[in-house]
Amino acid sequence: MSVKTSKIIRLTVSYLLLLLAIIIVVYPLLWVIGSSFNPGQSLSGSSMFPENPTLAHYQYLFDTEKSNYLNWYFNSMKISISTMILAVIAVSCTAYAFSRYRFIGRKNGLLTFLVLQMIPNFAALIAIFVLANRTGLLDTHLGLILVYVGGQIPMSTWLMKGYLDTIPKELDESAKMDGAGHFLIFRKIVMPLATPIVAVVALFAFIAPFGDFILARILLRSEEKFTMGVGLYEMVAKQFGNEFTTFAAGSVLIALPIAGLFLMFQKYFVSGLTAGGTKG
Amino acid sequence: MDSIPSTTKTPIIPPLKTKHGRNAALLSIIPGFGQFYNKQFMKGIIFLILTVAFFSSFYSTLNWGFWGLFTLGTIPGVDHSVFLLVDGIIALLVALIGLLIYAVNIYDALNNGRKRDRGLSLNSVREQYHNLLDNGFPYLMISPGFLLLIFVVIFPILFVILLSFTNYDLYHSPPAKLVDWVGIQNYIDIFSLDLWRKTFFGVLGWTIVWTFGATTLQVAIGVFLAILVNQKDLKGKAIIRTFLILPWAVPAFISILIFSGMFNETFGVINNGILASLGIDTIPWMTEEMWSRVALILIQSWLGFPFIFAMTTGVLQSIPEELYEAATVDGASIWQKFRSITLPMVLFATAPIMITQYTFNFNNFNVIFLFNGGGPALPGQNAGGTDILISWIYKLTMTSAQYGKAAAITMLLSLVVVTVALWQFKRTKSFQEEDTM
Repeated sequence: MSVKTSKIIRLTVSYLLLLLAIIIVVYPLLWVIGSSFNPGQSLSGSSMFPENPTLAHYQYLFDTEKSNYLNWYFNSMKISISTMILAVIAVSCTAYAFSRYRFIGRKNGLLTFLVLQMIPNFAALIAIFVLANRTGLLDTHLGLILVYVGGQIPMSTWLMKGYLDTIPKELDESAKMDGAGHFLIFRKIVMPLATPIVAVVALFAFIAPFGDFILARILLRSEEKFTMGVGLYEMVAKQFGNEFTTFAAGSVLIALPIAGLFLMFQKYFVSGLTAGGTKG
Repeated sequence: MDSIPSTTKTPIIPPLKTKHGRNAALLSIIPGFGQFYNKQFMKGIIFLILTVAFFSSFYSTLNWGFWGLFTLGTIPGVDHSVFLLVDGIIALLVALIGLLIYAVNIYDALNNGRKRDRGLSLNSVREQYHNLLDNGFPYLMISPGFLLLIFVVIFPILFVILLSFTNYDLYHSPPAKLVDWVGIQNYIDIFSLDLWRKTFFGVLGWTIVWTFGATTLQVAIGVFLAILVNQKDLKGKAIIRTFLILPWAVPAFISILIFSGMFNETFGVINNGILASLGIDTIPWMTEEMWSRVALILIQSWLGFPFIFAMTTGVLQSIPEELYEAATVDGASIWQKFRSITLPMVLFATAPIMITQYTFNFNNFNVIFLFNGGGPALPGQNAGGTDILISWIYKLTMTSAQYGKAAAITMLLSLVVVTVALWQFKRTKSFQEEDTM
């Protein structure tokens, strides 16, 4: 077998395998998009390419009198954006202190963060529920946001600390010589240089509430306060299949912006994570 | 610490003439007095005021909290045991903070006393203020994050630890009934009562199979596809990569719910469309334990491989081309190049992340719960056929109100996770670097 034919075989096999992989990846997504245009509520009889497609399910979702979907959308956005802002502030401060200062309790603090990062905070969901109940934060978005921010801190702090460690300390020192205070150095010298990692942390914090289901389900009680995840789950769980096409439309509407955002920033995700994995 | 009572005179001649350090430390048993002794009046007054303020504002919190923590209430219907437990933990945390301030107070007095012993002059009020700013800045910076962590992470952990030693369940449910301390009874029950033991080991077994099966499959697929796409003469890399990354981009809970529709036995497209066209009978994906497990592992591979794929692609692109060229010159086959260049490089660079994938799947609640609620139900067990530890805990808490047992199982689970995590991070480079500082 000549070099050329072996190359052709190798490439053909590669393309075929990749085609198969792409079909498996895309099929469920196309299927749900197709379902969302199917007339009727039930899943049975729906097809990927409906003969008479309809936008009825999308109209239903945007009808605020019939569905809470827009409410859920805004709730999710509100929670994600607040989580992002608070997490970035808390993480920047903490990571900066751990990276630039040597103080009593520093090493134990870092170790604590490391261990906490491993325990998913919903493992203690009874406690979170009882605490929220006790403090009156049950069924409020504030309670949920605080839990999300707290959950982001340990891991993101390690990520950001790893990055800040690579910014030369000579910069702060020369600024200090020029009479800059602690907070000024933090805000004007170091943080502007750390924008890439701030973006990664912000994105993680923004996406995390969308990935969560369990905490939101436990803490939020009334339907108009639901997040996207809980709302869509309730939609399919109530009577499975009976509202599936509506659910499909709802999924498409939320998945599109998230996926778009994600693909745009994908490069940062990967670099942030590999940096975190090998460095911090 | 230099804390020998002043009455015991030691016959050995002290190395220093004065004993200001010891005296100051002893005096600061009443906070502030050590500082007065060191003639740092401003600081002393601050410590004294802090102490008085602490006791006057937290006295009832502490008193009530510790009483509640020890008794968990005495009058059914009036005392709410679980709230008492919460208050007790808050009292515990407040007391810890108090002790910390107290320790700082003694340490400060001792330190400044020792300085005087050595004949050094002490800082003026002005210098103290600047010192406080300099040394206090890192603490100021970490305090918002740390405070939040205490309430949303550390507090819950303490709560669960304590709860696992109580009999809190449906029959001991406040406010009507009281909860009591029962020692390690929950742990004994899990391992000695037939129902619990059988369920626990059943669930644990599946959790382990699930963790290793699903994770290994997703890692293998991800690495394989990344290498496939990265072939030099393959066209259309960018578009292929975008397609393959899609499952990561779509929120997982949506994908899982879509899959649970597709795998539905009566109207799902997998049974009615794909398998029917291949002439295969319907498969009970949701109601047969074995098939549910297969479906879950397949779904998780779909969800999880893009992450590994992206990671590996990053590593592959950083491998210098010269390595392969040199290998080609030496007459290495594709397989040899893969085995001695590609694979070691990929594994070395992504190992820490791969391990976090295992811990992630170990606690991957969403996919188990959203697919079919951990079902199907099994006879002689109180967990479903595909329940992993975390989803079983959720069920015990949310549907059968077995709070005490659920807490005990959470403790067992956390033990596993923390052990693995610590073992892993002890080995990573970054933490070893930290150690030398």
